[in-house]
Amino acid sequence: MRIKDPFKQYKEYGIPLWQCPPFLFLIMGIVIIFSMVFVYAIGTRLLNDPYLINLIILGITAALLIIAFIITNSFERLAEANRLKSEFVSIVSHQLRAPLSNFIWALDFLMTGERSGKDITGYFNILKENASRMRNLVNDLLAVSRIQSGKLPFDKQEFSFTELVGQVVDEFRPMVQAANIRLRIEGAKDLPLVRSDPNRLKEVIANFVDNAIRYAWKEEDAKERRGEEKQVIVRFRTQDKQVRFEVEDNGLGISAEDQRFIFEKFFRSERARRHETHGSGLGLYIAKSIIQRAGGIMGFNSKENQGSTFWFSIPIS
Amino acid sequence: MKRILFIEDESALQKAFSDTLTEEGYEVVSALDGEIGLRLAKEKKPDVILLDLVLPRLHGFDVLSRLKQDEETKHIPVIVMTNLEEMENVQKALELGATTYLVKSNYQLHDVVERVKQLLAEES
Repeated sequence: MRIKDPFKQYKEYGIPLWQCPPFLFLIMGIVIIFSMVFVYAIGTRLLNDPYLINLIILGITAALLIIAFIITNSFERLAEANRLKSEFVSIVSHQLRAPLSNFIWALDFLMTGERSGKDITGYFNILKENASRMRNLVNDLLAVSRIQSGKLPFDKQEFSFTELVGQVVDEFRPMVQAANIRLRIEGAKDLPLVRSDPNRLKEVIANFVDNAIRYAWKEEDAKERRGEEKQVIVRFRTQDKQVRFEVEDNGLGISAEDQRFIFEKFFRSERARRHETHGSGLGLYIAKSIIQRAGGIMGFNSKENQGSTFWFSIPIS
Repeated sequence: MKRILFIEDESALQKAFSDTLTEEGYEVVSALDGEIGLRLAKEKKPDVILLDLVLPRLHGFDVLSRLKQDEETKHIPVIVMTNLEEMENVQKALELGATTYLVKSNYQLHDVVERVKQLLAEES
């Protein structure tokens, strides 16, 4: 759906036709044909050595191709930078302003009239929750900037992976209960100590679990699934000197169309946006960068309306 | 008693808004997503609707255009409140029939309350 009209995305990014890489390629093609004819003309009239002519043709073609490739590449980068800038603005304006307006309105209420103790507690909880929403978003944006400049801190130390998973899962227990989800851990007992950055890995694990809970299937939309249990399974085991960790859910799933964009920063699938207006689209991008930094690999399987499994695999030491 | 329907997915805003307006003697009906909002607009016949744009399940623009197509609800004034302030959004909201458009984080709660009261006074 996204790449139907080859020029559409460039129009959106504000790049004129003569700068569009596909258009430039066409022009290059024409130039190449003309230069071939030109060389042919030289060859038949001025030069007699067929090898030399062939060489000239090859040389010119290669040079043109290289130029075309460079131009195309630079414009792709330009378009990417432009897109990120506008996405950044829209994310910041919505995702950061939402908690900010909650903050302002809650304070407005607290500061007018006589407020009793019961009122105040509820509003302080609102303030606290929104302060942490803002903190998380700012941290994510900073992490993205560090990833891009290659400065994401990564402190390796030995730790128990099993305990780390336990900690994360415990933090999510209230949310799991509130969402009426059955969560279970299937972990190997004999896991050796892992040498990596536990704080970074904790972010990744928390991101997987959080997504699995947030995008569980919803009663309002899936009437045919009513009665079916919502579940999230957290699994880990060793596999060829690697720790493999995965979180499986039977939730909304990701459509085939959206799957190839899922690790791109600021990308949120159509379904995710429809069900949950919070979210910056940075979580999986950051997670993937952390796993790469840890020397591991990360991936997922997903089927719309059936669920997703996100996994990573990192070296034990 | 004047009835106000507030369609907004941020429960914090819902709480601050309805607590304040209830104190002022209005009845506030809350809807946390677009579909519920649309249904409550028909059932409860509010005197004014405050509508957010980024909503789960049904986008604010869809809610607005359906409200304006429906004979039963098309006369109800709609205040679009959002944090998206691109000109195209403002224009689209007004074209679809919104009475006014305001950016949430630029407004204090009591400014919004004043706007609502003013609108209700004009209506009656």
